[in-house]
Amino acid sequence: MTLTGGPLDPGDLIGLAGRRGPRRSRRRIPPGEALRSTAIALVSTVVVVGALAYAVTSSPNWPDVRDAFFNGVWFGYSWPLLVEAFGTNIALFVIAELLILPLALILAIARGLPGPVFFPVRLLATFYVDFFRAVPGLLIIAILGFGIPALDLPGVPNDEFFWAIIALTLVYSAYVSEVYRAGIESVHWSQEAAARSLGLNRLQAYRFVIIPQAVRRVIPPLLNDFIGLQKDTVLVSSLGVVEIFREASIIKAAKFNFTPYLAVALIFIIITIPLARFTDWLVRRDAARQMSNR
Amino acid sequence: MTGGGRGQALRIEGLHKSFGDLEVLKGIDLELAEHEVVCLIGSSGSGKSTLLRCINLLEPIDAGRIVVEGDEITAKGVDVNRIRRRIGIVFQAYNLFPHMSVLANVSLAPRKVLGLSRDDAEARATELLDRIGLADKRNDYPDRLSGGQQQRVAIVRALAMQPDLLLLDEITSALDPELVAEVLNLIRELAGNGMTMLIATHEMSFAREIANRICFLDAGRILEIAPPAEMFSAPREERTRQFLQRVIDAGRL
Repeated sequence: MTLTGGPLDPGDLIGLAGRRGPRRSRRRIPPGEALRSTAIALVSTVVVVGALAYAVTSSPNWPDVRDAFFNGVWFGYSWPLLVEAFGTNIALFVIAELLILPLALILAIARGLPGPVFFPVRLLATFYVDFFRAVPGLLIIAILGFGIPALDLPGVPNDEFFWAIIALTLVYSAYVSEVYRAGIESVHWSQEAAARSLGLNRLQAYRFVIIPQAVRRVIPPLLNDFIGLQKDTVLVSSLGVVEIFREASIIKAAKFNFTPYLAVALIFIIITIPLARFTDWLVRRDAARQMSNR
Repeated sequence: MTGGGRGQALRIEGLHKSFGDLEVLKGIDLELAEHEVVCLIGSSGSGKSTLLRCINLLEPIDAGRIVVEGDEITAKGVDVNRIRRRIGIVFQAYNLFPHMSVLANVSLAPRKVLGLSRDDAEARATELLDRIGLADKRNDYPDRLSGGQQQRVAIVRALAMQPDLLLLDEITSALDPELVAEVLNLIRELAGNGMTMLIATHEMSFAREIANRICFLDAGRILEIAPPAEMFSAPREERTRQFLQRVIDAGRL
């Protein structure tokens, strides 16, 4: 067994290195050496973290900062309010994600349509992606959220929450469509040839052969964009929608204390990390099922 | 040996195909009778694979006509998907669908293209897999099978569509030597059952044994067509002689 993996490990190409089948240690480490490594890692971590903690807390302003950002009383006060407000963020990113996933897939397929007939479709899809990736998300939210309700068009919703979801969907579907497109292009053309040779039409070849393989490959980057979306739901606070960041700002302004912001950070960490581990597990399970234990 | 009373399975007339400036097929004329097996031989780049891909309409052709069972498949406005149902192709790299079980690989097209129910399609697939001794692997994913097993599944996947014509594109070239025999045995069996086949191959002794006629392709042209006995013992063309000599020198005949 070599110290580094083989240069042609196909797993490396799709970001699954070392995740095929059961995990293997790359080399056998003698027990004495392992103990020594652990001890060194422990000591060096304690030294580094200790030095950082000392540097921060020895600052003359530390007591003020501690009261402003790490205040246990305001943490306990704001926590239930923030958790409740977070329901709005959850609704925002869940509804938006459910719209983004199919819309982005349609955009990705539209950009890949062949032939001169579909030139306008390709052009529109490309323009869409370029536009919504170029303009900052906060601007899209502000333009749609303030602009369209101001028009007061009959039959058009004036609700900020509604326009916030539309804005997030427009922006993120542009990013996600590029992820899908990369996945679709990574499926070897011979797969489409095999599907078409059996008499499947192009749509069927995409639906049953290309897309399922493409989506499996891009689950990690899709999750990456989903986490980005979750965090960007706080931008909606600019429209006056009372979500978690807005709620934290209200508490901060009323109580002259920044602790709610740290509580908000903690809430985002708590939901993001398990999601990332879940995705890792999903990818690993899928790879283990498909690959042999070579 | 074009078989007097038998119907015509395939007729190719004046087929031309270029990739950009590179002309790969420079006017191919070829006929196959029903139940006939024709082997295409020739060096790499002579156009064997391209010819097979053109017949299955995986590559658009530049000029010429291809007629399958009396229907011109290269005519304008034909339904490409209907044509492909009748022509099976097996590739060098198997091209099984890695995200589907063996059973799903074989039953997908019968379900989605022929409109069979899942039960019927899976029964047909299981029966075919049973015939090649792989019924117990039906729930495995392709990557768990050996190359020879994968290639046999790929052949069965094509057979599940009950094609009139089977095209085989160097189907043993990617296999370890000890796995070649199991695949060739299956082809032998198909030939015995009367399947019409056009086979691009480097396996000369197999070609000699199985083919009704051998067709030597050189630089995009069919240089010589003859029954195997004639082709291997008394080739007419100098280029054929050179090619066969190289094959003999390489120990492949």
